[in-house]
Amino acid sequence: MKKTYAIEVDCANCAAKMEEAAKKTDGVKDATVSFMTQKMKVEFEEDTDALEVMQAVLKNCKKVESDCEIFFS
Amino acid sequence: MNKKQKKVLTRIIISAVLVISLKIIFHIFSFNKYIELVCFMVPYFIIGYDILKKAVHGIIHGEVFDENFLMAIATVGAIILGDYVEGTAVMLFYQIGELFQSYAVGKSRKNITQLMDIRPDYANIEQDGTIEQVDPDDVETGSIIVVRPGEKIPIDGIILEGKSTLNTSALTGESLPRDAKEGDEVISGCVNLTGVLRIQTTKEFGDSTVSKILDLVENSSMKKSRSENFITRFARYYTPAVCYGALALALLPPIVSLIAGCDPQWSKWVIRALTTLVISCPCALVISIPLSFFGGIGGASAKGILVKGSNYLEQLSKTRYIVCDKTGTLTKGVFQVTEVIPAEGISKDELIEKASYVESFSNHPISKSLREAYGKEIDNSVVCDVEEISGYGVSATIGSETIAVGNIKLMKKLGVEYMEAPGTGTEVHVSINGKYAGLILISDILKPTAKTAIAGLKRAGVKQVVMLTGDTRKAADAFAKELGIDMVKSELLPADKVAEVEKLLDNKGKKEVLAFVGDGINDAPVLSRADIGIAMGALGSDAAIEAADIVLMDDDPAKITTAINISRKTLRIVHQNIVFALAVKFICLFLGAIGIANMWLAIFADVGVMVLAVLNATRCLNYKGE
Repeated sequence: MKKTYAIEVDCANCAAKMEEAAKKTDGVKDATVSFMTQKMKVEFEEDTDALEVMQAVLKNCKKVESDCEIFFS
Repeated sequence: MNKKQKKVLTRIIISAVLVISLKIIFHIFSFNKYIELVCFMVPYFIIGYDILKKAVHGIIHGEVFDENFLMAIATVGAIILGDYVEGTAVMLFYQIGELFQSYAVGKSRKNITQLMDIRPDYANIEQDGTIEQVDPDDVETGSIIVVRPGEKIPIDGIILEGKSTLNTSALTGESLPRDAKEGDEVISGCVNLTGVLRIQTTKEFGDSTVSKILDLVENSSMKKSRSENFITRFARYYTPAVCYGALALALLPPIVSLIAGCDPQWSKWVIRALTTLVISCPCALVISIPLSFFGGIGGASAKGILVKGSNYLEQLSKTRYIVCDKTGTLTKGVFQVTEVIPAEGISKDELIEKASYVESFSNHPISKSLREAYGKEIDNSVVCDVEEISGYGVSATIGSETIAVGNIKLMKKLGVEYMEAPGTGTEVHVSINGKYAGLILISDILKPTAKTAIAGLKRAGVKQVVMLTGDTRKAADAFAKELGIDMVKSELLPADKVAEVEKLLDNKGKKEVLAFVGDGINDAPVLSRADIGIAMGALGSDAAIEAADIVLMDDDPAKITTAINISRKTLRIVHQNIVFALAVKFICLFLGAIGIANMWLAIFADVGVMVLAVLNATRCLNYKGE
């Protein structure tokens, strides 16, 4: 399952960090962050709840970049 | 400027004013050192509190060595050593640079997305005689929508009523409007120019052309190029390396001097170390390279060239082999009368006229092209005794003349002596009352830009242009000669094309890229097999958009050259930025280490280089042509 989310991030380096953080989150198979379009594309592992995983992703991203925002409600 | 940027700007102005006035005050009156420190702390915290916070936050979460950390260490270090003004100024300039970067990047982001903004905001749905404005997403397939002049067609469909001209420039980059009338299929994203159209939708918004294209373009920056990956990897090792280097610079020389029994000069070496920290910030690279690619992709899409990823844009610049399909790619794929050779005693016009009268009952593509060449109204009531001889042609009687129109076999059957065709194409022979009247040649015609396109490719550094076609050898060779194509493979079945491309792929150099250009019909396997698949005239063809890496929205082969040139320009700018930024950084690092560069030069090496790199990157957006 793949989903795309709108994000808010200030710099390209921060976007790269968010990508790393999202990839490391449990339940995420793969993730890409585009700074230019301000979007995050997440591929979830099977049998995972996207909303739950995204909460974890946001938490991990906040750790590396406190200013970032992901819109997934 | 957004809210965040405005806030930063206010902070910059306040602290800049404070720093300058404090500097003047302390220049005139002398105070205790600690009072000076406390006073300078006010602008320092106003400008730098978020950086300090982020740095602490980073350390807590194990994310040391980012730029916040670099700036925090450098400025705190400078302040501890008593350089209050410099410490605050570095922070101030860093914030100015960040603000500029965020503004410039935001602006070009907006420019680029605007360029690609073909998303319709609403659809006028017609229900029970009333018209209502709704979100395009809510329109069901089969609904009837009304598009007024000046509005975008929101969803693909068929015109039920109305006549208009459509502007497809947002999709194709081509400004020539197209006519549309009742019964025509129209695609979303076109702008309706003249008349009101009632359209029955054939797809949902999500499956419509405009959604597909938007999806493609928005995802393009997700496929990262090798240069982008290189920079991300580079930054991962570079920043820690610089930090350790700076630490070594601060500690080693003084310790060595201590051992040697000299004055350790701690503050001198610490300042040098801090200077190198400021210089080393990798932002210029990290920001400018994705921006360059994004600009290149945006600039290309304004020209009607959709690139599905930065990686393809990068690859395209290395294209050395172009393999192209013939029909529909280099030729128009429609048949036209190309030559009329009348026998003695009959004029060209008469020959065409007679042939088209005889063929007037047929719907065969050849008959259609004959009628098109004739171009006048045909009153087929004068044509009698029409006899279609399958595999041979047609014969009919007009007035006193019995006219036969068909291939060589028909002439042989009738025992008429015919002439050999001088060119290539489908031959149509005509005889009147058993006497040979002449020959009409019908063939697929070249696109007007085909020849210049091939020449342009050669100029752009393409080594070999190969044409693959199912045509006969004679026809294919003639085409190739006219266009200046290097190699022709003729009489191929669709499956053979894959094999030919594979052969070429095996023979090319490792770093050379082979691109296949096709019209997206029947060549999806080849499109995906080649290093880069370019689909042409793909407007509305889902299969081609799916299979190709680069999609030319209109069917102009010259766009291939444009695409290659855009990719070259983008790559050139990317390399310029990498070389420029790294060169300036390393030179300044060296100068900083030996003590020539001061904090002010360091600020230039960081902020100045970034500003220049970002400005350079925005050039990718504009491609003016060769």
